[in-house]
Amino acid sequence: MTSSYDTSGAAADTLKGGPRRRRVRTGVRGAPLPLLVPALAGLVFLLLPLVALLVRAPWSTMPEQLTSTEVWQALRLSLLCATAATAVSLVLGVPLAWLLARTDFPGRGLVRALVTLPLVLPPVVGGVALLMALGRNGVVGQWLDSWFGITLPFTTAGVVVAEAFVAMPFLVISVEGTLRAADPRYEEAATTLGASRFTAFRRVTLPLIAPGVAAGSVLAWARALGEFGATITFAGNFPGRTQTMPLAVYLALQNDPEAAIALSLVLLAVSIAVLAGLRDRWMTAAS
Amino acid sequence: MTDIDKTAADTGSGDDPAREGLDARLLVERGSFRLDVALTAAPGDVVALLGPNGAGKTTALRALAGLTPLSGGRLRLDGAELDGTPPESRPVGVVFQDYLLFPHLSALDNVAFGPRCQGLGKAQARALAAEWLARMGLAEHAGAKPRRLSGGQAQRVALARALAIRPRLLLLDEPLAALDARTRLDIRSQLRRHLAEFEAVAVLVTHDPLDAMVLADRLVVIEGGRVVQEGSPTHIARHPRTDYIAQLVGLNLYRGRSDGHTVRLDAGPALTTTEPLTGEVFVAFPPSAVTLHRERPTGTSARNLWRCEVSGLETHGDQIRADLGGELALAADLTTVAAAELGLHPGAEVWATVKAAQTHAYPA
Repeated sequence: MTSSYDTSGAAADTLKGGPRRRRVRTGVRGAPLPLLVPALAGLVFLLLPLVALLVRAPWSTMPEQLTSTEVWQALRLSLLCATAATAVSLVLGVPLAWLLARTDFPGRGLVRALVTLPLVLPPVVGGVALLMALGRNGVVGQWLDSWFGITLPFTTAGVVVAEAFVAMPFLVISVEGTLRAADPRYEEAATTLGASRFTAFRRVTLPLIAPGVAAGSVLAWARALGEFGATITFAGNFPGRTQTMPLAVYLALQNDPEAAIALSLVLLAVSIAVLAGLRDRWMTAAS
Repeated sequence: MTDIDKTAADTGSGDDPAREGLDARLLVERGSFRLDVALTAAPGDVVALLGPNGAGKTTALRALAGLTPLSGGRLRLDGAELDGTPPESRPVGVVFQDYLLFPHLSALDNVAFGPRCQGLGKAQARALAAEWLARMGLAEHAGAKPRRLSGGQAQRVALARALAIRPRLLLLDEPLAALDARTRLDIRSQLRRHLAEFEAVAVLVTHDPLDAMVLADRLVVIEGGRVVQEGSPTHIARHPRTDYIAQLVGLNLYRGRSDGHTVRLDAGPALTTTEPLTGEVFVAFPPSAVTLHRERPTGTSARNLWRCEVSGLETHGDQIRADLGGELALAADLTTVAAAELGLHPGAEVWATVKAAQTHAYPA
């Protein structure tokens, strides 16, 4: 949650081109103990598990672990589904964010709250809800099945649906924040030049909010990549079809802990890569 | 308020649908604010909407552009009704106060944006935009992003962008307000030249009387959402009808009833003028026409003599502007030396005189 707000804030600064605030800093020695001790404890708490993962990693057997077909299958599926879920989130989420930020309709506040609900909803509950909606006997799913022969649950497409359901709110919130910070008068200027509202959105607003859209996409992608609960509930756990990395890790942990560690390290590496990609936005924007 | 009546009569004859130019009565109601402004202008006219902050100038401009819907009235441009036409379909160009140049596009693409939206191909639109930039003397800045342009350059790009769609109505919202004093002088004369060349109607909004008087052929003064006076800049400067305008043009203004050479002011005392008038009148005189005395002057020919109290002092260049209360509220200009000799300070009592020959009375 907080990170998504940070993004919009940073994007807002970029949009306004405002001066970066100077912060007063002191050395760590100047920090009062009641703050310093819990701060260091928190730091250890966050880093210790990651260090433990590296310490216990089966470095000798790592090459074999990582070259096994199952790992590559799961990784490929994970990257594919997370990317597809992000694409779905972009296509549906950006217009939704625009609607929330730029138009006024009765119950807008409620709609906004409902959109963000998947952020706090336990993913397993989301998976169950998706089954009720899109399952073979679901509210909509039964029609999809009988009219078009489309079945979503327990398919790769179902993985994408589950991931998009959980990840899209991150994108919507991030983009909406950026849109709110962007000056709507640019759209007005575009309409006085003869642009329709859609043209104004496409040629003026979208380029202006691009940094926020990019940040929201990365957030959504990372969330989709790590998605577990909704995926396993809605799409199941079939290797090659619906078994993504997190599911593979969980399964491996029961049979082959070393493989689980290896898979975890792969996901850790991907996470660090994402963080490195966002470095310019978060780590330097905050300093 | 005969000026308003005259305006209403003028626009009443605007029923001729083929009439060229702008013929509008803008009614906008928003909460407790009500804007009711009649505007007419022929092609080639430059009209300035002048008024204090919150008078409704910008609302009027937005209504003309279609960015704020009309609650009533009418809006005709070259005989076509524009009310109900969305802003993108109106032949109206707008130069916004802070220009609103698209930050992600170069100066050239900013200007080409309008022609592109009007259906021109990319190359054609760019060629047209390059022409406009050249006309503005900005050919070498065509590739620059707006943030790399100076205030004056950005202003000209914004003007080129608005003109590139060949509008039949050009709107300028405080076109010079964002510029520093030196650039302003330069840009003002350039803008004047471009507006003179512009063949359709131009309406500009400003709170700066100098901008209005230099740029416009006709001023429409708005206060509290209503037109309080309109006319040529020189006419308005000579015959202000409200305190706001009088202050803008630097005059003391009073309303009263005249009988021959004596005007009984609504504010209390009487005032002697040179123009013989009867009925409701305005009397105006510049602060420099006021002479201040420590003691009640004896043997002076000035018959306009009031006992006043200094309520404030302000430096105006090498002059001092004294705000006086007491028998008659007025502003007086005097030199720093004179102010020192008189020992002026807030609360000081002084006598103020004005020669009848330096006053100007005109029918209300």
